[in-house]
Amino acid sequence: MAAVLNIRGLTKAYKPGMPVLKGIDLDFDERGLTAIIGSSGTGKSTLIRIINRLVNPTEGSILFKGVELSRIEGRQLREVRRRIGMVFQEYNLVERLSVMENLLTGRLGYVSALDAWRRKFPEEDVTHAYELLDIIGLSDFAHQRADSLSGGQRQRVGIARALMQRPEILLADEPTSSLDPKTSVEIMELLKSQGVTNGIPVVVNIHDVELARRFADRIVGMTGGRVVFDGPPAQLTDDHLKMIYGGEGWLQ
Amino acid sequence: MSGARLGPTARGKRSGIRPFHSSWQAKLLAIVVAAYAVYALGQLEFSAERFVKGLDNGARFLARMFPPSYRNGDQIVTGFVESMQIAVLATFFGVMLSLPIAVLGARNLMPAWATWPARLIVTLCRAFNPVIVAIVFIKAVGFGALAGVLALIVASVGFVGKLFMEAIEEISMKQIEAVRATGAPFLSVVTYGVLPQVIGRLVGFCTYQLDANLRNSTMVGIVGAGGIGAALFAGFQRFEYDFVLAILITIIAVVLLGEFASNYVKRIFHV
Repeated sequence: MAAVLNIRGLTKAYKPGMPVLKGIDLDFDERGLTAIIGSSGTGKSTLIRIINRLVNPTEGSILFKGVELSRIEGRQLREVRRRIGMVFQEYNLVERLSVMENLLTGRLGYVSALDAWRRKFPEEDVTHAYELLDIIGLSDFAHQRADSLSGGQRQRVGIARALMQRPEILLADEPTSSLDPKTSVEIMELLKSQGVTNGIPVVVNIHDVELARRFADRIVGMTGGRVVFDGPPAQLTDDHLKMIYGGEGWLQ
Repeated sequence: MSGARLGPTARGKRSGIRPFHSSWQAKLLAIVVAAYAVYALGQLEFSAERFVKGLDNGARFLARMFPPSYRNGDQIVTGFVESMQIAVLATFFGVMLSLPIAVLGARNLMPAWATWPARLIVTLCRAFNPVIVAIVFIKAVGFGALAGVLALIVASVGFVGKLFMEAIEEISMKQIEAVRATGAPFLSVVTYGVLPQVIGRLVGFCTYQLDANLRNSTMVGIVGAGGIGAALFAGFQRFEYDFVLAILITIIAVVLLGEFASNYVKRIFHV
């Protein structure tokens, strides 16, 4: 299987001499859902944000389908970002725009600023948006403002916005952390099934180890800015969890 | 029970710590300001006697204003039509100029090389009272409404530009981050990420500025930059105080109308 994303020797230090990521090596294939687990502050979020360069790496290489994206800027960076879908913990929808406008935001990389401002999107984009609304079960909400939705609905719109890009990889930064358990499961199901349907890899940062085990094809455990576990959920033992999170009292 | 035993100990330890701390600098500052106010009063030779005499003059002046006279009604109408035109044109062009300047000046969107010049422009526009700016423009383009419009455009950029810049700096960067992550070009980030977050407040600033320009446009006329101000000034000079009162009443009416109009506009935009 061809690799979609190869990360080599990735280091990030927000303050010089205090690295958050200390030499990460990871490869992502064409399909499958990867869950990145680890305690807060261990650099999971930084790692996922570096992939689409919302955060800039300090050192190392990120190869995305043959494009080295650790140092690109401007137009080149925007063209790579179009191909990477991102889902956020707090949904990050534009609150005062309608659900439809939020979805079409996913196409902004492909239409001119003037056309976007005049809300002139290609017919196929609008059709795609309605299809996605159907998939996420919000067909009746197209013209509602995003701030009128519930958390679970917002996150589904967030996922649909990312899918509007027709991405070649889908990143999700703690997509379930602000949601109740039932909605969390629904969101994970949606991420998983959309990854399969579109034949793209899905990378999810997640706190909930049980959710990770249930939905992931592969689990990456991080602690102190390093990868300490990388394998299928079945191989993840309590010993690994102790190493990833430290201590053991919380396991009982 | 243990709490009761701990209580006095805890209190004992904290004796001497005051929950609210007022610094000696703040006290000193208050004393200095009060002392200067007394000193300045003495310097300007204010006295109770002069004040009472002034009140007397004022009463006579007010008496000559009544009843208001509308004998030159057409003068009032043409003056106000011109003032209104000055206000609307100045607000429109002022806001149009303020938008790009505010985006360039917002520190959360732009690097320092863009924010400094933009902030300098806004500060310069705010530096002088519109009347002074109007005098400068009269020297440049001659007497008349054009000088008034230009002067009030400057004032509008200074005011709307600054408020709008601050509004942009308070937006949620999470929404911006999400729009950026789709690979959107900068202008689309502005129209889809920034504008929706500030448009409500922008409408508020515009209606407020229209209101302010309406009042300012009556003022720039006094120095010869067009509008009702010219008629007002002439009235004062010819001691036609009843005519002056007629103009003043009309100004109040127009400003009130402007207030209603801006409320109406705000309702349309749901802000």
